[in-house]
Amino acid sequence: MTRLIPHPLLSVTLTLVWLGLVNKVTLGNLILGAVLGVAIPMLTAPYWPNRPTLRRPFKAVEYVLIVLWDILVANVKVAWIIVTKPNDQIRSHWLTVPLELTSPEAITMLGGTITMTPGTVTALIAADGSSLLVHCLHTDDPEAEVAGIKSRYERRLLEIFP
Amino acid sequence: MDQIVEFLIAAFLVVSGIFGLVGSFGLIKLKDTMQRLHAPTKATTVGVGGVLIGSMLYFGLIKGSLSFHELLITLFLFLTAPITANFIAKTYMAQRVREDTLPETGSDYGWALYNDPPEPAEDAALRHQSSRKP
Repeated sequence: MTRLIPHPLLSVTLTLVWLGLVNKVTLGNLILGAVLGVAIPMLTAPYWPNRPTLRRPFKAVEYVLIVLWDILVANVKVAWIIVTKPNDQIRSHWLTVPLELTSPEAITMLGGTITMTPGTVTALIAADGSSLLVHCLHTDDPEAEVAGIKSRYERRLLEIFP
Repeated sequence: MDQIVEFLIAAFLVVSGIFGLVGSFGLIKLKDTMQRLHAPTKATTVGVGGVLIGSMLYFGLIKGSLSFHELLITLFLFLTAPITANFIAKTYMAQRVREDTLPETGSDYGWALYNDPPEPAEDAALRHQSSRKP
C-alpha cells in the first residue's frame, strides 16, 4: 500500500488540481485525475525522502484562515505606510527569528507565510537552519514583531507538523 | 438581484485596482531594493485576490457556470510568490549586502548565503558527543 500510494495527501491534491484544471467534474476526468494522482507521487517518491504528515488537519484549516485574514489586515497597513509616510520616516529593520521548527517543510511554510503577509519578507536562513533572517518594512518595536511571528504562526505550525 | 451582484463584483475590482496601484506606487517611491520587495507582495495578494473573487462571482452568479480556475491561480500564486521574493532578496544580498551589516544568527553558524552548512559527518559527531555526555 505504501509502495502504491506513498503520499495519500499529495494524491488527493493532484486529483483535485486536475479536476480544477479541466474545470469540469465528470467521471472520466475523475478517473484520469486519480490515475495522475497515483502515478506522479510514485514517480517522484525518491524526491520525498521524509514524507511529511499532517498531525492535525483541522489546525491546518484554522492556520490558513488566520493567514488569509492577516494578509488582508497587513495589506491595508502597508498600503497606509507607503502612501502616508515620507521615505525618511520609514524605519526598516532586519529581524532574526529563532526557529523551534525543525522539519524543512514546516520551515518552508513559515518562510512563505512571513513573505505573503506584507510588511515582512523572508530573506535568508541560518546555515544550520536555526533561525530565519526577515526584512521588516516598518516597525518601531522589532522585538514585538519577532514575538508576534513566533506566537501567531510558529506556535500553530509546531502543532500541525510533528 | 443581478444589480447587487454587479455592484459587488465592481467593488472587488475597484479594491484590487487600488491595491495594485499602491503596490506599483511603492515600487517607485521606496528607496532601496529590500524595501521595494514589499510592494509587489501586496499586489499579488489583495490585488490579484480581489480580481479572482470578482471573476468567481461573475461566472458563478451571472454566467451560471462554476469555475475552479481562480482557486488554482490562488494556489499557484501562494506557492510561487514567496519563492520568487526569496530569490530576488538572495540575489540582491549576494551582490550588495555585506554580512557584517546583518544581525547575528544566534547560533554558531552564519547565514546560509555567506556560510556553508555544517557537514553531515560533523553533525553526527556532535550529536554522538552530546548523547554520550550524560
